[in-house]
Amino acid sequence: MKAIRRLRRNFEHGVHPAHHKGQTENLPIQRVPFGTEYLMPLGQHIGVPAQAVVVAGERVQRGQLIAKPGGFVSTGLHSPVTGTVRDIGDFRGVDGRFAPAIKIEADPFATQKVDANAALDWEAMSLEEFIEAVQMAGIVGMGGAAFPAHVKLSVPDGVRIRHLLINGAECEPYLTTDHRLMIERPEALLEGAEIMRQKLGAEDTFIGVEMNKPDAIEILNQHIKPGDPVHVVPLKVKYPQGAEKMMIKSVFDKEVPPGQLPRDVEVNVNNVGTIVAIADYFLRGMPLIERVVTVAGPGVTYPANLIVPLGTPVRDVVKFCGGLKPGSREIIMGGPMMGRPIASLDVPILKGCSGVLVFTGEQTARQKEYPCISCGRCLEACPYFLNPSRLARLSKSRMFDEMKDYHVFDCVECGCCTFACPSHIPIVQLIRTAKDDLANRKEPDA
Amino acid sequence: MKNRDPDLLLFHAPLLRQGMTTPKAMRDVLYALLPATLASLWFFGLSAALVLGACIAGAVLAEWVFADRAERGESLRDASGILTGLLLGLTLPPGLPLWMAFLGGVVAISLGKVIWGGLGHNLFNPALLGRAFLLATFPIAMTTWVPLTGDGGFFDIYPSNLALPFMQASVDGMTSATPLGMMKFEQEVTPLVNLAFGNTAGSLGETSGLLLLLGGVYLFLRRDLDWRIPVSILLSVAIFSLVLTFFDAARFPTPQFSIFSGGLLLGALYMATDPVTSPVTPKGAWIFGIGVGVLVVLIRVFGGLPEGVMYAILLMNAATPLIDRYTQPRVFGRGGESK
Repeated sequence: MKAIRRLRRNFEHGVHPAHHKGQTENLPIQRVPFGTEYLMPLGQHIGVPAQAVVVAGERVQRGQLIAKPGGFVSTGLHSPVTGTVRDIGDFRGVDGRFAPAIKIEADPFATQKVDANAALDWEAMSLEEFIEAVQMAGIVGMGGAAFPAHVKLSVPDGVRIRHLLINGAECEPYLTTDHRLMIERPEALLEGAEIMRQKLGAEDTFIGVEMNKPDAIEILNQHIKPGDPVHVVPLKVKYPQGAEKMMIKSVFDKEVPPGQLPRDVEVNVNNVGTIVAIADYFLRGMPLIERVVTVAGPGVTYPANLIVPLGTPVRDVVKFCGGLKPGSREIIMGGPMMGRPIASLDVPILKGCSGVLVFTGEQTARQKEYPCISCGRCLEACPYFLNPSRLARLSKSRMFDEMKDYHVFDCVECGCCTFACPSHIPIVQLIRTAKDDLANRKEPDA
Repeated sequence: MKNRDPDLLLFHAPLLRQGMTTPKAMRDVLYALLPATLASLWFFGLSAALVLGACIAGAVLAEWVFADRAERGESLRDASGILTGLLLGLTLPPGLPLWMAFLGGVVAISLGKVIWGGLGHNLFNPALLGRAFLLATFPIAMTTWVPLTGDGGFFDIYPSNLALPFMQASVDGMTSATPLGMMKFEQEVTPLVNLAFGNTAGSLGETSGLLLLLGGVYLFLRRDLDWRIPVSILLSVAIFSLVLTFFDAARFPTPQFSIFSGGLLLGALYMATDPVTSPVTPKGAWIFGIGVGVLVVLIRVFGGLPEGVMYAILLMNAATPLIDRYTQPRVFGRGGESK
């Protein structure tokens, strides 16, 4: 009976892009050498930007707090290197807009070692102290959304978290950071999971891993001691298996209603990288100052999985990987399904950046758009059971208000519809346009 | 620090696409129709090729003439014009004068597609609209069925094919009745074997049921058609016919006769499944299919015409926007709402 339930563990719809993970899935994580200049945007998480607590000219240590949380939905920021603060001001960010950031020049003679004796006594902490510690450590969701981790920990009274779900699906093609973390640092992952589970008061921990990572599933199972309340759940390989609501559906067969959070079905979901960051902070005193980044794609000379200090310019990372191949036309931060294109190689690696993918002419060739023939492939792709065909038509006619009747705000912009469209209609882009317009529209004065 | 590296493109994710394109899907339907098309050549000889050719020529010419000047080549490349012409041709009687077939092709594209705004915007299936036009305009020529080519061989053309424009063909006694006509007016049942393999009189493409099914399976495997539509049409026709035979087995046709006779398979597999003119939602597809099935039997059995597939599909085409509107899928996490 249990086996049958396990077979049925899945969410409906979704798409099957080629994985393209072969480039990097077997490459051990390596560390990039320290560079010279680092740029730390104050708003690299969802929510309120952090507030700088250093001034230009000040000397900072690697791991030292350089900005404090600017509010509750905000996190601390730490210097990725030992060096000197050069400038605090507006710099062009990943999205092309100017935003405040701290520029730090690395000290070429520093050892760049973090004080390793600063483990925290997390067991003695109250929940409030623990949440504050996570906030100060600057830990955010490392899967791409960069949502502050402590916000998810603070559940209102009366809400109980029964299950901790760790997201190791990594359903985006090309990316292999969570895969390598699970293989190389299973102890840290399980330690971090135990800290989270105890602090949340959850009964058990589930680790969801797509079945195209059998080595990770095996290694995790080897490290789980008998009797530990930890279960590794192999999941069908399907995009977007790693979207948290999809994974909750797959693992627990529960649907989180639109506008509600995983906690409303008694689950807390965290990415593998986030959990490892928790372990690194509470057991080794290391705040979030670096992360694992997959550098891959057809335009990269030597694809790699790298530990990159935050704030490192993409240019340095790409240079370490042997530079760009001729014909490279587009660079995506994140995965190819939901990532962002960057306009300049000088933008920094941020907390939420799981990959730097370089694409060549072939993938980026503009394809001719045909009219929608209502074939329904987007309906069969949409994991939220929306009607993307209708939404795209309405958006093209700029009938944004009517789109609300078709639940446009339930769209999570996973891109399945655009992937599936045989007419090459930029459906998810049209939906984004409408959402942006509706959200930023100024109501006429009453 | 550079604000912008000049060579970098900024296309938004997702960058990956699955391999299917709209022209490919159109071409798949052409491939799927190939066996049935070849069968029509086998049964009706060169006449079949001429009628099909005239329809395709009319459709492509209309496509070319009415296309935006800048997109002329492009609009032909998506193969939808050729497909419309071929589908129209397969619904026509083999002995139809060629100029009528050509005119049908022109009307199918111009009134069936272009006038609505081109591919993807039409309400009615263009091929069926072309056929409805022909049936209304030339009722005699459209219901004159010739027998299969006899001993004359492949190059024996039906004389009526070559009628001059605006002249009616002379009906020279060489006519035959379709299985549906025989059923309706003479209560005579054609053996199922003949229906399945196609040695009966009828339209070019509707005679061989098995080859049409073969193409349908191909389209299903390529995921080019919504299987719900043909399945619901055929099931509802079968069930409705079965129920009728309980009342009077002698008067009403059996389910297997209903399915294999006339244009039902051609319509159910290739016309009703036209994505543009059928509902996009899964539940809508079921409603659409059942509607077509019920209408087919109603028209065939209780109506004045022996065949009702064309009007059944056109009527349900008209209902498609309404069906789509009221069958939106249940959104993830919104329990109970409209499921």
